[in-house]
Amino acid sequence: MTLSTIATFAAAISLLIGAVFVLVGAIGLLKFNDPMTRLHAPTKVGTLGIGMLLLASILYALAQGDPSLHELLIMAFLFVTAPVSANFIAKVTIHRGTCETPPSPPKDSTWSTLNAPDDAQG
Amino acid sequence: MLRVYHWLFPHPLLTLILAVVWVLLQNKISAGMVVFGIILGIIIPRITAIWWPDRPKSFHLGKMITYSFMVLWDIVVANIQVAWIVISVPNSKLKPAWITVPLELKHPEAITVLAGTITLTPGTVSADLSSEGNSLLVHVLHTDDPDAVRDDIKSRYERRLLEIFS
Repeated sequence: MTLSTIATFAAAISLLIGAVFVLVGAIGLLKFNDPMTRLHAPTKVGTLGIGMLLLASILYALAQGDPSLHELLIMAFLFVTAPVSANFIAKVTIHRGTCETPPSPPKDSTWSTLNAPDDAQG
Repeated sequence: MLRVYHWLFPHPLLTLILAVVWVLLQNKISAGMVVFGIILGIIIPRITAIWWPDRPKSFHLGKMITYSFMVLWDIVVANIQVAWIVISVPNSKLKPAWITVPLELKHPEAITVLAGTITLTPGTVSADLSSEGNSLLVHVLHTDDPDAVRDDIKSRYERRLLEIFS
């Protein structure tokens, strides 16, 4: 067992684990029946699913004797941008009323997305 | 001397991140690229400094690194739990809930990191901030005890972020 053989097997295992999480994310997307719960499914794909696929890519490059760390950047950008899009989808869902109405906040008057533009001045 | 330093490095951490990102983009380390990365790291924050008027007064990088590893570990654990919920819990028995998390954090940067952490951990999505920024609206996929989730977020993430940005 050379190091590159071990890395190849590790890459294969990471690919499998990543694929399983992407599959479960897709099943969740189909199975759940309202937008807010459905929003939870892609978070798995976006984190561990893609994470394991990128780890496989790093390990495979290592096995080929050509180390690469581009994948870390992909991961970092994904982790920074994914919450933003999830946040937008959640806000749209609140506005369209396709989910349960959220409870009002304890201290402030309302949630910022429901705040009328005129109130925002004050 | 300190004024020159502040003028040259309005955001020292951003300088460092830009340099590291530049080297990673090249995908191999060479002295020339490191130098060029540092030059970019100085020029870009300097040019964009007008749009970043406030910066957090203090930032504990060491604690942020331990926090990142803790979040990575939580993401793995929560992924497995949520994958199990997706497969095993039928839609009729699913108990989604809105929870409101009262915030002690005041820095916009700190609240952003907290909201990002909540969204990245599967099972919870941060949906909105209240109009005055005093509480965070979070959606939970499946829970029997919404208050426990709220306390968990406050004790596990917010307390640490308070230390990082204190």
